[in-house]
Amino acid sequence: MCQCEAKDFERIDAIVKRVGSDATKAIPVLQEIQKEFHYIPLKAMERIAATTEMTEAQLYGVATFYSQFRLAPVGQKIIKVCHGTACHVGGAEGLTEALEARLGIKDGETTADMKYTLESVACLGCCSLAPVVMVGDKAFGKLDRKKAVHIIDDLESGGESR
Amino acid sequence: MSETRKTLMVGMSSCNIAAGAEDVYGIIKEEMAAGLQADLAITGCLGLCFCEPQVWVIDGDGRKHLYVNVTGERIRRIVREHVAGGRPVTDWVADLDQGPTAQLLGKQRRIVLANCGRINPERIDDYLAQGGYQALAGVLRDNKPAAVIDEILASGLRGRGGGGFSTGLKWRFAFTNRAPKKYVICNADEGDPGAFMDRTVLESDPHAVLEGMAIGAFATGADEAYIYCRAEYPLAVKRLELAIAQAREKGFLGRKILGGSFCFDVHVKEGAGAFVCGEETALIASIEGRRGMPRIRPPFPAEAGLFGKPTTINNVETWANVPWIIRHGATAFAAQGTEKSTGSKVFALAGKIKRGGLVEVPMGITLQEIIHDIGGGTGSKRRVKAVQMGGPSGGCVPSELFDTRIDYDEVVKTGAIMGSGGMVVMDETTCMVDVARYFLNFTQLESCGKCTFCRIGTTRMLEILTRICRGAGRPEDLPLLEDLADQIKHTSLCGLGQTAPNPVLTTLRYFREEYEEHIHDKKCRAGKCRALCRFEITEACVGCTLCARNCPVNCIGGKAKELHVIDQDRCIRCGVCRDVCPVDAVAVR
Repeated sequence: MCQCEAKDFERIDAIVKRVGSDATKAIPVLQEIQKEFHYIPLKAMERIAATTEMTEAQLYGVATFYSQFRLAPVGQKIIKVCHGTACHVGGAEGLTEALEARLGIKDGETTADMKYTLESVACLGCCSLAPVVMVGDKAFGKLDRKKAVHIIDDLESGGESR
Repeated sequence: MSETRKTLMVGMSSCNIAAGAEDVYGIIKEEMAAGLQADLAITGCLGLCFCEPQVWVIDGDGRKHLYVNVTGERIRRIVREHVAGGRPVTDWVADLDQGPTAQLLGKQRRIVLANCGRINPERIDDYLAQGGYQALAGVLRDNKPAAVIDEILASGLRGRGGGGFSTGLKWRFAFTNRAPKKYVICNADEGDPGAFMDRTVLESDPHAVLEGMAIGAFATGADEAYIYCRAEYPLAVKRLELAIAQAREKGFLGRKILGGSFCFDVHVKEGAGAFVCGEETALIASIEGRRGMPRIRPPFPAEAGLFGKPTTINNVETWANVPWIIRHGATAFAAQGTEKSTGSKVFALAGKIKRGGLVEVPMGITLQEIIHDIGGGTGSKRRVKAVQMGGPSGGCVPSELFDTRIDYDEVVKTGAIMGSGGMVVMDETTCMVDVARYFLNFTQLESCGKCTFCRIGTTRMLEILTRICRGAGRPEDLPLLEDLADQIKHTSLCGLGQTAPNPVLTTLRYFREEYEEHIHDKKCRAGKCRALCRFEITEACVGCTLCARNCPVNCIGGKAKELHVIDQDRCIRCGVCRDVCPVDAVAVR
């Protein structure tokens, strides 16, 4: 979170106002916080707890239970490698390996320049295109190691891979 | 509208979009901006995911042509020759009367998927034109909730999320509860890896689910509903919200529906990534804003569910069956399928399969028919070895048992479960020990941690399986796995733990020799476990250089038309050479 805390608090308060402040809204509030900040800053949970009927314990409990929530900043682009059954059988582990080598980071990590985060995810539901990698909202199907690395090459050269 | 003016419908489901449908749609828009006279719409997924993107071209006289594998280049020619010129590009049109696609569709009985890929899911009028919301209107007109429940009971409909519990009975429990406030919930937390039927239904025909829920709410006496949808399905959420807004506008949802006294409204709740939330009490906890951890039943949700009120929870596919049953009658539904498993079931075919996608088949069909007649087998020279059914809760059914009839009770006899309907086909390159390890890794990660044996037992099982795959397996590992499996099954509170050992138990039952080879001979016949295999190029090599060109670490040497050799020291045993070899000259040792 940036230093101008008051501004961030305004953004947080606006989300709470829009989504709701009773205890049942913990998940949607955190989802909106993550959309806004790209992760969930600890300060945001403190702020929500201070201004609503949700407690810090509830918010932290929820934020650590569900895999969607991140407590640390992520790269500008999130590379999601699908590890659903069809993708696993189709060689998803090899894609993760190849991408790890290309980006110089391990699965779950973010590059030092904060450009890319590499993630393994459970089934994305486009099993007929297995193995699949998703960058942002865009899915790339029927990949192999080389094609997976090409996605990054294309992003680096500013093009949009297909 | 002139008689020659054509309509284009572009398949815009997640799978179509992943295959490139947005580009196709964009090109058609460009052509229209440049003067092309046509109507453009979207549709969902037809289930033929293996040949997407797809575009329907509907002639002025109503004739329909389904174009498959439509690329950006192809759509330009289709637009030029067919839409503008009136001459269909027959090479790219799927033949729906004969051939593989016709065979694939011919074996199906579509109830839930009837509208999918054929109507525009973002236009309620399209749904209405197919008889949509007539079932709801009829039910409200008759005003006999008990009769609706009797009809659902008589149809024999069972929960399509995998549990297989009688839907009618579930409704009756909620109906007989006298509480003034009740809920219905649609479980759209489709978490099984390899299953995508609920996503397709929500994206392609959301009104069918809404209508089913409205009927269920009326029958059980509920006035409010939640749809709990996986966060990984943003398009499904978007189409649902659009459908809800349109249904409200037309008076099918909201206050005093169709002018009567019935009030009912629906909220969409996005999940946040927790497999265990597919379990009904965990799902309820999640809607209430808590960690999604299951609790002891009873009380069942029909008695004390969401916010402590009686709640009826059904899965997407179950709800989507309801309008059809009300419109066509319980007898017509029960006429399909087997005595105890009536109707049809949607399966998601994926993995090593030629024609992957969604199929809706009558219960009682054999696995052989689904995998070979409909799915076309592996589509490669390799043999089908097994099919994984029911995701992490299910098991691997070997090809020797492919004459098994698909119904809730028959499938259980194999050790697998019907589950939500994911079918992942595996061939000889799939290592069954690795598959078991894969699923245990999944359930171990997804265990909520409440029950000790589920939390720690799955961790121990995963450790054992991992060491077997790494070549450090011990002879006592197999009985130890079986012992742990037994204890986890019997001491876990919810379905996740109770079924987590199934993938291990079924592979031990049918593929025990693979485990033994891993442990005793330090060999993985599938060529998957890297510590236990090496690839060698045999004399059959024709020197085509494909392997050398595709090797990710460039460790294959050899000149064109000469025998190639793998440098074993640098080889990472990824198996790419074997996958690309056209003459099967790469052997696993």
